[in-house]
This record gives sequence, C-alpha cells and structure tokens, in this order.
Amino acid sequence: MGGHSAGPIPMESHDFALWEKRVDALMVLCGAKGLFTVDGLRRALEDMGEDAFEKYSYYDRWIAATNQNLVEAGVYSLEELGQRMEEIAKRGPTYGEAQE
Amino acid sequence: MTSAGTKVRVKTMTPPGHIRAPFYLRGKTGEIERILGRFKNPEQLAYGLPAAEKTLYRVRFSMAELWGDAAENPTDTLDAEIYDHWLEEA
Amino acid sequence: MPHDHHDHDHLSPSGHPYRQDNDAPLTYFQRMEIAVRELLIEKGHLTPAEIATQIDAMDARSPANGAAVVARAWTDPEFKARLMDNAGDATREMGFDIGPLHLVAVENTADTHNMIVCTLCSCYPRNLLGLPPDWYKTRAYRSRAVREPRAVLREFGVELPQTTQIRVHDSTADMRYIVLPARPEGTDGMDAAALARLVTRDSMIGTGLALVPENT
Repeated sequence: MGGHSAGPIPMESHDFALWEKRVDALMVLCGAKGLFTVDGLRRALEDMGEDAFEKYSYYDRWIAATNQNLVEAGVYSLEELGQRMEEIAKRGPTYGEAQE
Repeated sequence: MTSAGTKVRVKTMTPPGHIRAPFYLRGKTGEIERILGRFKNPEQLAYGLPAAEKTLYRVRFSMAELWGDAAENPTDTLDAEIYDHWLEEA
Repeated sequence: MPHDHHDHDHLSPSGHPYRQDNDAPLTYFQRMEIAVRELLIEKGHLTPAEIATQIDAMDARSPANGAAVVARAWTDPEFKARLMDNAGDATREMGFDIGPLHLVAVENTADTHNMIVCTLCSCYPRNLLGLPPDWYKTRAYRSRAVREPRAVLREFGVELPQTTQIRVHDSTADMRYIVLPARPEGTDGMDAAALARLVTRDSMIGTGLALVPENT
C-alpha cells in the first residue's frame, strides 16, 4: 500500500484487550518455538486479500494468520479447530465466560 | 554482489505471492546505502520451506525518483531493505 | 472498537464488574484465539505460564526503554558511537532484552530528519518500545509516509523547513529502526534521567521531536 493516496491519519488509540495480548503472545511464542515464521504469518495475512484490511481488526487478522500457519504445520486439524470453536460458543456469551 | 554507493535498480517482475520488495519501488533506481548481511530468503520461509541465505541491502532512493514532480521535496530520500535477487546494476 | 461502556460501575450479566474486553459479546476471532490457545496447550507446544510470562514481558516494554537509550546517547559520546554502529548490541549492553532484533539507529541532526514506517505490515522496534500505536498500523500512515512525509508530519504537528532533508525508512525486511532525535536546546547540564523525560515515543518513530524543557 506504500504510495497510495489515503485520507488523514486516524490518531485515536485503544488499550489492548486481554484477547489481543494473547494473540500477540501466541504469535511470538509459536515463532520462537519454530512452528512457523513471521514470513509465513505475513504471507497468510496478504492472502486474506485487500478487503480483509477494512473488514477485520488487526488482531482478528493476526489470529487468523496464526491459525492458518498452525494448520499448515500440522499442529492440529481443521476438524479439531472447528469442534473446539463450537464447544467454546456453548460455554457462554462473552469472552470472559467462554474461558475453560 | 556490490558495495555501498553502487547504483541499482529494483527488478520490475511481479510474481504472485509473498514478496518483500514493495510494489512502489519496482523499476526504481537507487544507491546501495549499506550491506546488511546474509538473511534467509523470506520468500521461501513464508511457505515453510528450507530457505537459502541471501544478501540484504539497504537501498536509498530519492523522492524525485519515486514520485517525479509529485515529490514534496525532490532531494528527500527513502531507504528500504531489498534482497539481492531483486536488484540489478543500473 | 466501537463501544460506549466507559463506566466500570455496573455489573456484567455474569455478576462481575463490567470489563469491556471480557464482557462484550464473544466474537468469531475471539473464539478462534481461545481454541488455538487451548489446542497449543493440550498438544504440549505451550504452557499457560509461558503465555502469561510473554504477556508480562510485553507489558513491561514501553517507550521509556527507548528514551533511556536516547538519553544515554545524548550524554555519552562513546555509547552513541556504539549505538550508531550496532544499535542492537548497544541496547543489549544497557540491559534491555530485545531478543534477536536487528536494530538500526538513525540520527536526526540540524539538517536531517528521519521517519520510520513499515509499508508491508507493521514492523516496529517492539522489543524496545513496546507495541506500536494504532496509527502506525493504519492504511493511511503506511500509504502516505513514503510519498508525502512532510504532509504526514504536519498532521503530527511537526513543520520542517525545506532545507531539512527528510529520510524515510521503510522497514521492508529484517531490520528495525529507532530514530535518535536531536537533543533539544536548553538542556545543557541536564542528567540522563531528566533528559529521558523529554524523549517521546513519536520522537523515536520520527513523527515527533523531543520535548523542549519547560522554562524554569
């Protein structure tokens, strides 16, 4: 996107939520353990396409890229992921209540 | 490949996939600012492949070269890190 | 995130004091984070303690770390020479755990101003300065910084004369950059601790200048 025209820079900031910090930590730790590289994460981010940048938040995209790389590395299967996400949805309606 | 001060051009090729040479620099000519060393090729690391080491350069471009008359100040500069397989001597 | 729950007095449906990050409706990607984390732990790749430690380490990193490095460079010419030669090693020498980071320091002078961007993603010297501000990751900053840095700087309240050369640094690969801002006028005799308080986060990204000490 370097060099494209764009509007004013939005200056507002937010404090990172716990789930965002966890995504960041997972990404760093998995990289340190050699499960994937930061280049693999960037590739997965780019493969989501330009509109993902508008539709999803920063850490939405990073957890999706982390997951993509872990599936490709064989750490778990899509079936395992899908089942677990279903179970989590049943635990409760908020992030706090959905923790085990 | 080359030393600081050498004039280089970023290749204009556009293969699909993960590339660390930004699009806005393709075909632009700059000067090697410094040699950064050998690093594993991110274009292989990105796909989980064993990666060869490539020389990484910091290349300095003038804003006039990048943006022509639209440059705010022609002698302002932009530095970027470019791998040797993306550079050709200019 | 669009939210208007600023008061923390009322209770969430679960009866606890309301916390935005925990008590907003669960999103698809939050469910993914929980699932990925649990699967990594169950399969023995990570432990909950490692994750907690990593978050603590991240929380402990802040622009104050970078400010200490800058203040030392302003007051210790030999350290500054080492910083300009190899910023990673010089930073480690001060005891900052910056991991395998390849850090390059670029110096602002009377006629040169440096500014950092990552147009390809969001590369930032996070091991030294903490996580990047939101604006650094926006499409607007990443698109415009390489083409119209002076206009961008004006939005940050920095107006530079045409005689000052601007050098933009696009972190496209393995290096991370930190700007060594120019030491402000009127700081003779100040010690490193006092000087560090003048060094803002933005002055180390190059979208700001170091603060001028208040007149006493």
